[in-house]
Formats: sequence, C-alpha cells, structure tokens
Amino acid sequence: MNNRKTTPYALVLPAWVWLALFFVVPIGGMLSLSLTTGNVVTGFQQTFEVGNYATAVSSYWEQILRSLFYGGCATLVCIAVGYPVAYWIAFRGGENKSTYLLLILLPFFVSFVLRTISWRFFLSDNGMLLGTLKDIGLLPEGLTVLNSAPAVILGLAYNFVPFMILPIYAVLERMDPHMVEAAHDLYSDRIRAFTKVILPVSLPGVFAGVLMTFIPTSADYVNASVLGGAYNTMVGNVIRTEYLVNNDYPIAASITFVLMGLLLIGIFSYARALGTEKVMEVHA
Amino acid sequence: MSVDVGTPKAGTSPGAGRGRTRRRADWGRYYTWAVLAWLFAPIIFMIVFSFNDPAGRHNITWQGFTLKWYQNAFAHAELNEAMFNSVTIALLTMVIAGVLGTLLGMALGRFGFRGKQLTNLVMFAAISAPEVVLGAALLSTFLMMNVTTGYWTTVIAHVMFCVSFVAITVRARVITLDPRLEEAARDLGAGPWTTFRLVTLPMLFPGIMAGGMLAFALSIDDYIITSFVSGDVTTFPLWIWGATRVGIPPQVNVMGTLLFSVGLILAVVNIVMARRRRRG
Repeated sequence: MNNRKTTPYALVLPAWVWLALFFVVPIGGMLSLSLTTGNVVTGFQQTFEVGNYATAVSSYWEQILRSLFYGGCATLVCIAVGYPVAYWIAFRGGENKSTYLLLILLPFFVSFVLRTISWRFFLSDNGMLLGTLKDIGLLPEGLTVLNSAPAVILGLAYNFVPFMILPIYAVLERMDPHMVEAAHDLYSDRIRAFTKVILPVSLPGVFAGVLMTFIPTSADYVNASVLGGAYNTMVGNVIRTEYLVNNDYPIAASITFVLMGLLLIGIFSYARALGTEKVMEVHA
Repeated sequence: MSVDVGTPKAGTSPGAGRGRTRRRADWGRYYTWAVLAWLFAPIIFMIVFSFNDPAGRHNITWQGFTLKWYQNAFAHAELNEAMFNSVTIALLTMVIAGVLGTLLGMALGRFGFRGKQLTNLVMFAAISAPEVVLGAALLSTFLMMNVTTGYWTTVIAHVMFCVSFVAITVRARVITLDPRLEEAARDLGAGPWTTFRLVTLPMLFPGIMAGGMLAFALSIDDYIITSFVSGDVTTFPLWIWGATRVGIPPQVNVMGTLLFSVGLILAVVNIVMARRRRRG
C-alpha cells in the first residue's frame, strides 16, 4: 500500500519542481532585485533600498492610474459586448453552440501581435476603413482614431473579450432552464425573469470573466504601444522600457511589484466581497 | 432572414418552453454575428492584404491582386528563422508541458495528497498573473544568476506558463472517467502499468491532446513573456513587432494566413469528428 501513497507525489513532483524553480523562486528573485542599488556597469548590490518603491511610484503614478483606468474601461466594454453573446449562444445557440464557441476562439489562431497591428493598419488615417469612409464623405477629412485612449481601450477589449464570453457562457449553459420557466409561471415578465433569476445565476461567470480580462488588460503594453502612440503609455510599457531599454532593474522590479500588489489587493477584496470559492471554481 | 419561431421543445431554451408562438427578429443572433464580425475584421484584413501588391514598404492601401507573396513566402531569411524558432519552441513546450501537466492533472483529478490546496493556489496564481509580471520575474532571476537569455530560457518560460493549463484540461477529463473500467482491468489480471497503458491512457487521450494543443497555441502566440526572456533570439511575434517600424512585408500576412488556415482546418476536422461521434 506504500506504493499507492507515494504515487500522487511522484506524479506532481516534476510540475512542482518546474513551477517552484521558474515561477515561485523568480517572484522572490524579483523582490530581492527590487531592493538593490547600483547600475549595469558597477553591478547591483543588495542594500534593502525600500526607497526604490517611492521612486517608482512617484515617477510613474500617472501610468499606473492610466493602466487601471484603461483596464477597467476595457473590462466594462467586454461585459457589455460579451454578456449578450454568451447569453444568446447558451440559450439560443441550439445545435450550433459548439460551432459558435469555436468561432469565438478562432481568432486566437492568428498571433495576438499580428491582430493588434492589423487593427492599426485597418484604422490608419487613410486605411481601408477611415480612408473609404472619408472618400464617401461620411467622415471629416481630418479625423484620426489611432493614438488615442479609445483606440487603446477598444484594442484591449477586442483582444480579451473571449475571456469574458467563455466563463459567462459556462454558467448560463449549466443553468436549469426550468428555473426560468418557473419564473414565468410565477408571472414574472422577461425583464424580471432576467434580473431576478438569470442574472444572479450568471454572476459567478461575470466575476471570473472580470478577473480574466481586468488582470491582463491592465498589465498589457502591446495595445498601448501599437494603438496608443506616445501619450497613452501604460505601466506595462514602463516595466518593459525599464527592463529592456534603460536596464534600471531595481526600479523595473519595484514597479512590477507595485502593479502586482495593486492587482492582488484588487483580487482579494473582490474575492472577499463575493466569496473566494465562486471566483476560483469558475476560473478553474 | 432567420426568424425565431418559439416551438415548444423542452429543454432547448427557457423562453421557448412556454409554448407561445413568437415571430420576431432575433436580435441576439444579429448581435452575435456583429461581434463575430468585429472579432474577425483584422483577420480578414490580414488575409485580403496577403494578396495585395503594395507600392511602397507599407502594406496598408489596396493596390492590386497578386500571388507573388505566396510564391515568395520564404524570401526573408530572418522571418523564416523566427518562424522556425516559434514552431520548434511551441513543439517543445507542447511535449514538456504536455507530460508535466498530464501527470499533475492526473494527480489532482484522482488523488488526495498533502499540498493539493497549495498546488491549486500556485496554478491559479500562475494562470492569473499578468504576463508582464511572469516575464519580469523570470528575467530578474536570470539576470541575478547570470543566465544568458535565449532559446532555452524561452522554452523554460513557455513550459512554466502552459503547464497549469494542460493540468486543468487533463484534470477535467480524469474526473469524468469511470473508475470501474480500471477496476475491471485489474480484475482481469492487468498490472498497474498495463492498466494505465491499455485503459487509462487511451481514455485520457482526448484531454491530453486538447491540453497539448492549447500549450502549442499559447506558446506560438506569446509575445509579452517571450520579449523579456528571449535575449537575442527572435520568434514570429517578436519579428513582426520589430518590423512594424520599417514596414511589415506581405510575407507576414502570408504566414499569418497559413497559420490561421491550419487552425481552421483542425477546428473543422474537430467539429466533424465530434458530430460523427455523437451520431454513433
């Protein structure tokens, strides 16, 4: 029977080692790096310099706030766009449900970067969309869509809306249709049946969707770089530049921790308000 | 056009269950298709412009139809190398994350063990952590340990963020398995290894395949983490990113279109096979 007891540990060991070495330890490594002083030439010494965090926040609070704002807006757009789609596929998709879901996932077969750059070309001042509409006279000649906050937010929503649709669909699909029938039998109209029965059931899906869209959108930098121009940079852009261009690793690591801390505080208060199980269960 | 006739079919849709005949425009359908059009707009743009014959270096306005980019699809040596790196990294990730994730998923789906909660928590964290954080953390550690970033650090990073996805996919499959089938195999005299090889593994196979393909797709598409840990090595998304400043050659559209077509074919095959299975 000893064999049976050790089996699960033998199974999880390789993945444990990998995740420990390349996920858990690196987070600690980054924490340690964020407390060093020095530069690339002289090397970095561990001085437990907490001031790095103050420097990071005072230099980049604008990008941090902008990231949370863009992420929040993109998440709201994802709910507005994604909820009705999930609802319709779950309740009206009929035999073609899986086909619709596949269509929603199919864009992932094209590289995320390529799709975002495609938007840039598609929306460029004299590109296929704006150029044509301007030629017909539907849009004023000087109109520019790119390099603006709405362009970034729509780009973020575009890239992450499937992560909102899928969890909402998952809960609605599992829902017992008799519950809605019961609501109708008890004389509730369509709106009340929705707000009193369907919406509460679907909320765990929305919660999971919010986590799966807000976290990656607020930490993204691809959309801000490609669609936002120079004046809409997000905290992701800062982290990337500090690490890969300026090589100011202590500040880079500090700002990453600030972002992580803010997101963790957000997730924990969110989970506390709504119940951890609900959030984790649908997520997994 | 399509009209939603509410035929009273039990269990199809909650609204239809009322047995009231309704005849009105199905706005939900139009809305869903509009969202799908939004999702596909840049992809259609990419495909159409893989046939464009641009005048300058910027492939943005339509000039004329040509097939020459398909004939010269592999004319850029650097782009080919980037594509080769992307595909081999994705294959390695698929195999390594596939094996590690399958073992982990089997343990999570079948056994209770010490540290199971912690494992779930770490997996949840690895999945929900933003890519910037994962990339930055790995790069920090590589820097501090004086590891030169490149091809293998990229593979390490990709396996790290894919393994949890594979484990979840496999676990979902393990939970649905009927343990009596394995008992039957044991009763018929099969040892644990034979039972695993002839009974458990074939039944897990769809889950393992799905997890492996997910890992492949996540790996070949990844930009953010890769940009932190790849050093001088270029992958397909990284090459595209670098080329935006000087103008993206139409070959990128061609390769994007080819990748998309492979995905599309796999998806269609998958649907057809699922339909056939359902009909028995």
